[in-house]
Amino acid sequence: MSIKMKTIGLVAGAVTAAITSMGHAQDLAGKTVDFVIPFSESGGSARWANFYAPLLSEALPGNPTVVVRYRPGAGSTEGANWFQEQDTNDGTLLFGTSGSTQFPYLLNDPRVRYEYSDWQPVLASGTGGVVYLPPDLGARFDGDFDDLTEEFFLYGSQGATTLDLVPLLSFQMLGLQVDPVFGIEGRGDGRLMFERGEANIDYQTSSAYLKSVVPLVDQGLAVPAFSFGSLDENGVLVRDPTFPDVPSFKEVCEATAACKTEGVAWEAWKAFFVSGFAAQKMVYLPGSASADVVAMYEKAFRTIFARPDFAGLAATELGVYPQLTGDGGRSASDQATKVTDEARGFVLKWLDDAYGVKLQ
Amino acid sequence: MDIFATALPALGEALTLIFHPQQIMFLVAGVLLGLSIGVLPGLGGIAGLSLVLPFLFGIEPVSGLALMVGLIAVVPTSDTFSSVLLGIPGSSASQATVLDGFPLAKKGQAARALSAAFMSSLFGGLLGAVVLTCFIFVARPLILAFGLPEMLMITALGLSMVAILAGRVPLKGVVAAGMGLMVGTIGAAGAGGSLRMSTYDIPYLVDGFQLVIVGLGIYAIPEIVSLLRQDKPIASTGDLGMGWLQGVKDWWENVWLSTRSALIGVVVGIIPGLGGSVVDWIAYGFAVQSSKDRENFGQGDIRGVIAPESSNNAKEGGGLVPTLIFGIPGSGSMAVFLGGLALLGLSPGPHMVRQDLSTTYTIVWSLALANVIGAGLCIVLSKYIAKLTQIRFTLLAPYLFMIIAFAAFQSRQSTSDLVALIGVGLLGILLRRFDYSRPAFLIGFVLSGQAEGFANMANQIAASRFRRSWEAGFDYIFTPLSISILVLTLLSIWVGIKQSKNIRENIEAPTGAKRAPVVFLLCITVYIAVSVWDASNITRVGDKIFPLVVGSVTLAGCFALLLRMRRTSETDDAFVDLEAGGDDANAPHGLWKTLSWFLFLLVGTFIFGLVIALSLFFVLFFRLRGGVSWALSTGYAAMGIAFIMFLAWVLGRDFPPGLLQKVAHLPWPLT
Repeated sequence: MSIKMKTIGLVAGAVTAAITSMGHAQDLAGKTVDFVIPFSESGGSARWANFYAPLLSEALPGNPTVVVRYRPGAGSTEGANWFQEQDTNDGTLLFGTSGSTQFPYLLNDPRVRYEYSDWQPVLASGTGGVVYLPPDLGARFDGDFDDLTEEFFLYGSQGATTLDLVPLLSFQMLGLQVDPVFGIEGRGDGRLMFERGEANIDYQTSSAYLKSVVPLVDQGLAVPAFSFGSLDENGVLVRDPTFPDVPSFKEVCEATAACKTEGVAWEAWKAFFVSGFAAQKMVYLPGSASADVVAMYEKAFRTIFARPDFAGLAATELGVYPQLTGDGGRSASDQATKVTDEARGFVLKWLDDAYGVKLQ
Repeated sequence: MDIFATALPALGEALTLIFHPQQIMFLVAGVLLGLSIGVLPGLGGIAGLSLVLPFLFGIEPVSGLALMVGLIAVVPTSDTFSSVLLGIPGSSASQATVLDGFPLAKKGQAARALSAAFMSSLFGGLLGAVVLTCFIFVARPLILAFGLPEMLMITALGLSMVAILAGRVPLKGVVAAGMGLMVGTIGAAGAGGSLRMSTYDIPYLVDGFQLVIVGLGIYAIPEIVSLLRQDKPIASTGDLGMGWLQGVKDWWENVWLSTRSALIGVVVGIIPGLGGSVVDWIAYGFAVQSSKDRENFGQGDIRGVIAPESSNNAKEGGGLVPTLIFGIPGSGSMAVFLGGLALLGLSPGPHMVRQDLSTTYTIVWSLALANVIGAGLCIVLSKYIAKLTQIRFTLLAPYLFMIIAFAAFQSRQSTSDLVALIGVGLLGILLRRFDYSRPAFLIGFVLSGQAEGFANMANQIAASRFRRSWEAGFDYIFTPLSISILVLTLLSIWVGIKQSKNIRENIEAPTGAKRAPVVFLLCITVYIAVSVWDASNITRVGDKIFPLVVGSVTLAGCFALLLRMRRTSETDDAFVDLEAGGDDANAPHGLWKTLSWFLFLLVGTFIFGLVIALSLFFVLFFRLRGGVSWALSTGYAAMGIAFIMFLAWVLGRDFPPGLLQKVAHLPWPLT
């Protein structure tokens, strides 16, 4: 409940407050919008939400205060389960998800008690990732991994069911012998293991790659192998526009003998890639929000994208990736939260066979 | 050397950047905020930084840095107040201060302890800033030398501190630490996600217990309950004493101890992952190990205050080293700090150190200045804050419980936080009663995740190297650094076991009947046995090996202790039971009766939500237990509720809801 509402509520009492808050969807003047994310204050989602919160406040009618609230727990499923039960309909509640919220849903994790199709997407933000190698192995990489299939790779991983699922699946499809070292706390730890020479393959999401790995590449301490790619407006996999000189996974896969860009593995890879990268972070309104409220938010996001300084602001904070609202956002949300039973089954079996990871 | 060519000019430039009225204003704002956060028990740098994070976006970077650094720099200065005056750690970094600081306050020497602590904090903080300055230049190769085997060794070094803190019966220390390690494994395993002693039906358990809850439960609750049963003011003399100068003198006489502790603090702070919760213990253990006369430790030895207080301020300077140089947070608060830097448009890492040296060095100056301002303010204000100890504790305790409950609720925003708090609190009370080392339990708990993670990861990497060749494997594990740390660890255990009898949490050790201690130990044994059995059912080897091994060792310790209990008479130290004699046994109020007040609060919260339950609890407690008039009770209650509502309003937090809130929509703060 909002700060201003607190005072109003105390005076007017519960019932009146509930009644007056209905039916005034088009103007949020004097109200507080809770932008809830199921993560803690540190980390990428907090940055992303704090980037959008003040912009939303300026763009929404009535300039409400937009406050980011944190509901971490159970790898973000607890916050999502909480959001599922909310029925705020006046636009004072937003929920921000990430790949960590999508993956358990796609994998039928028993903790998941939320249903994406009940919610209404108003924003989808993409990102990308780049896989890189140490210079000695990088010298033997010539656009395909055919010469590196005999090599033993070590990879620092946060866990097979996290966003690391995408790189791990990529390695598996490329026929690489990769031993993941599970249990690191964040991607930064993985990079440190790479820098210490303990790991010899690693990936970073775009912003972290630009800030921390590009200097290594410049010093000749790391060599980029491939990016995961990006979706263009027609939903086709293309090279990542942030890294136009780095081949995409699709290109490397086509060039590598062991790898195929069709079949169930490819379908699974694509589903989890969209969910974890191409449409990684999304903003939802509760299912109960009226069409007016949804339209108000779509308009607000369009206003934000149209700001002359938006491109500059976003480039430093979010990278050069599509920020979609309206139909684009809905289609991205759709792709990021749907997977065929066959592809799901394939991934679950692979997780169990390769890493002994079961989702009870 | 480029130190002279680039560092000094950059330092000078940074100084001019920070000495603008605007930056100083932000710095002072940060310091004031940090001081208030530090005074509140249980709230530390993480809570404080989270509070300012939403306001950072768009602030000028140097101002934002001044605000954040000012805040984190002084939390370990002001958290001394509650450690010394109330016996409750003000934040996780000053738990060890309680051991000697609180007894000093009880003796009426609070002023001495506080001034020595502030001097140590100031000195440690400044030393940390100096070291940070140098490290920004030389640390990069050094930090890269700390691979996983070295980290594992450092963790083992941390665990070896248990030996010195084990108390009268070393076996009890082993059991306590083992239990801490096992409680730390509860939830989904870090590596493979297998569930240990938890089920998806109780989602709360899957994430494991949070440090805030365990710290508050193991330390704060037993002390508060014990004090509450006495129904007296905390400091028996009531007067702070005239020890201000004495404290400064004490610090000066131990300036080398302070220096060494500060260096320990910096080093521990630098090592990512070890974090702030053990630094005070390591410094404290070190102070005891390196002293000739150890009789007074645990009973109010001023060195027991100087060592942890010097180290915990210094660790912030150290913690900034990996944070700034690698973008790797060394602790929870550093993780939030990193988030804040991102909001300011700064990207920590080699890049920032190279390109933005002057901005980086404003952090150093902010750190140093904040420590000076913070220590100064603490000395000026301490007389007022210290008045707290003269109030009858019965009138103070409900407020403390309110703050603790609120702080605990911040960890997961679930009413289960309060259940966990009371549950862990009960365990803490029993550990204290039967003289099991609570520090040992906590160190085990804190290091559990790291010990398991590092062991698993180092093992995986080593296995892969051994597959290549024996030489590559041994080269990986036995580096000069890891061997040195190993030697240090063995040394620490040896000295620790020899000296542990000198550190006592409880001075008197009455022993009573055999039954109660045996029943408690049996309960622990059953818990450990069930945990081991539970772990043995996990299919994934990486997720089960750690609880299995640690559990088995602990179980062996339990059986050895049971055997000893069977063989020895009732007067043996194994049967220490604080309820059998001394202060606790003679207290005017019973243990269970006192505890039931808090069960009442808990049940009330489940039904009405915290705010309503708290109001009822306040009025009834002040009237029935405190014996004050109805009018005054209501007044006191209103004061408490107003304060907590203000706090929650400023922080933008909600209160735990109950069943009532499920049925009816209520306005804030009743939601």
